[in-house]
Amino acid sequence: MAPSINSQQRWRGVYRYLERTGPFANEGFEPGEKVKDFLHTIKVLVVGAGGLGCELLKDLALTGFTDIHVIDMDTIDISNLNRQFLFRAADLGKPKAEVAADFVMKRVPGCKITPYFGKIQDKDEEYYSQFTIIICGLDSVEARRWMNATVINMYDEDDPETLKPIIDGGTEGFKGQSRIILPHFTACYECSLDMQTKPTTYPMCTIANTPRLPEHCIEWASVLEWPRTFPDKKLDGDDPEHIKWLLDQASARARQYDITGVTYSLTQGVVKNIIPAIASTNAIVAASCATEAFKIATNCATYMSNYMMYVGEQGVYTYTFELQKKDDCPVCGAVAIKIDVPANSTLQDLIDLLMERKDIRLKAPSLRTGSGSLYMQAPRALRDATAPNLVKPLRELLEDGGEITVTDQALPISMNVTVRFSD
Amino acid sequence: MLNIMSLKKKKVEGEASGPRRPKTTAAQIRLQKDLADMDKLPGTMTLSFPDPDDVFNFNLKISPDEGFYSGGSFLFTFKINTNYPHEPPKVMCTQKIYHPNIDLEGNVCLNILREDWKPVLNINSILVGLQYLFLEPNADDPLNKDAAEVLRSNRRAFEQNVFRSMRGGTVDGVVFADVQTRR
Ligand SMILES: [Zn+2]
Repeated sequence: MAPSINSQQRWRGVYRYLERTGPFANEGFEPGEKVKDFLHTIKVLVVGAGGLGCELLKDLALTGFTDIHVIDMDTIDISNLNRQFLFRAADLGKPKAEVAADFVMKRVPGCKITPYFGKIQDKDEEYYSQFTIIICGLDSVEARRWMNATVINMYDEDDPETLKPIIDGGTEGFKGQSRIILPHFTACYECSLDMQTKPTTYPMCTIANTPRLPEHCIEWASVLEWPRTFPDKKLDGDDPEHIKWLLDQASARARQYDITGVTYSLTQGVVKNIIPAIASTNAIVAASCATEAFKIATNCATYMSNYMMYVGEQGVYTYTFELQKKDDCPVCGAVAIKIDVPANSTLQDLIDLLMERKDIRLKAPSLRTGSGSLYMQAPRALRDATAPNLVKPLRELLEDGGEITVTDQALPISMNVTVRFSD
Repeated sequence: MLNIMSLKKKKVEGEASGPRRPKTTAAQIRLQKDLADMDKLPGTMTLSFPDPDDVFNFNLKISPDEGFYSGGSFLFTFKINTNYPHEPPKVMCTQKIYHPNIDLEGNVCLNILREDWKPVLNINSILVGLQYLFLEPNADDPLNKDAAEVLRSNRRAFEQNVFRSMRGGTVDGVVFADVQTRR
């Protein structure tokens, strides 16, 4: 449904790219009314309504996406206001997704934004499959891995509709990146897990014995002193009392070693591994993500292949390259097969069937479901514990249509076997 | 390769799918691979699983057959979270032992457990690293500073301290756990 207000006027700038073809148009680009209509019709999802999310919502709305959903579990904190520009002091404590949606809808008539205040894990494949493109502005590796795996597992070769491009933006201070993931066609997030910056940690012996930096004193307090003093209490980086306790401990230690610079905000920063967010980095990365979403949706230009890094520390530098898909990626490298067996055949029968397959040539397969071990070849303790399952009928071990993860030295990573009972 | 325009329309609105089965996470798959592909462990190391269905929590026993610590059995717990292998396992020694790189609370100073962890490393890399700590305790990365100082200055005295501590004895006023291997 095209927006009702004078859309020719409203989207004039955007339509310039959709009314005629050009040298950069992607294969299959058809300028005209149909593509404009498509842009205004498809649903896209923005994951995260924080620093990147605010920019993404604004950019996508102004690019002509008119059915946008946004999901975010956070409420607005005073420290967000310097860069998360859709929020005002009066919004403190309110859900980011809802406030952001209202703000953008007010400013961009004709654009509908549907917020969901909650966790990405609250939603299942049915929810995610309604979107044509998913654009992520997340700040944690864990959330990204979950989104990536969920969207990649949704893909079914027999149904092209299940292929959902992910556009992932990320920033860390003056550095940022945007990338496109086409599930099973290009490298996924998990394929490049080793590229992700890990939380800064310091050698245990340095923090224990030879501190030189304020961070060493804070880690000493959080990693060694906290569990020593409160063995049964989990440290909570959002609890001001916990941070205050760490600050006192770290400050005393810093004095002892003539180290300066231990402050409340540094303490919280180290504990929560906070990297200062820079508004301009968010703006640049979000703009790249929104542009790619526009190109993918319309085909009016070739989209990025497939990773752009941005470094803004000493000037403005970007470099775009193609990340390679990995054979041993546990998310997109797994082979999927379906197998039909009688429900009373044993686990050993199933293993024999798998080993007979000439296309896979397993040597010594280990099998687990999402919730437990069926048969593990190693280590010894697991083999001994699971060997009794070999003679059990499959119906006792899993339900019809159940999925088994098979690993084997002959497989780069794993094989996903859907077991259907043939009787 | 992908032409979104060609994929449009056909969309059928949400046909209800069956109940959700627990999906296997990337961390679970990696751990399954790490464990199942492990070569036969040397006789000096044994893994045990309190719950065989749970591969995120297990125990390790190291019984060195040479070096300062031969004759002892040393117990560690491995706790792995769903962010594996982005984050390393948390490994703690469960006994109070006299070792330059392990403190009295059981914290272990092994670079690949913290600052040098990489997702390409695996459980086996950690086992090898821990085993090495018992063969070659390292005075340069001390967690137990006193033990490291003795190791650096007087290997003979260090050897005697280790010997005494492993029998549940006292070193510098600290009572250690009896870790002698029972046969
Ligand atoms: Zn992958």
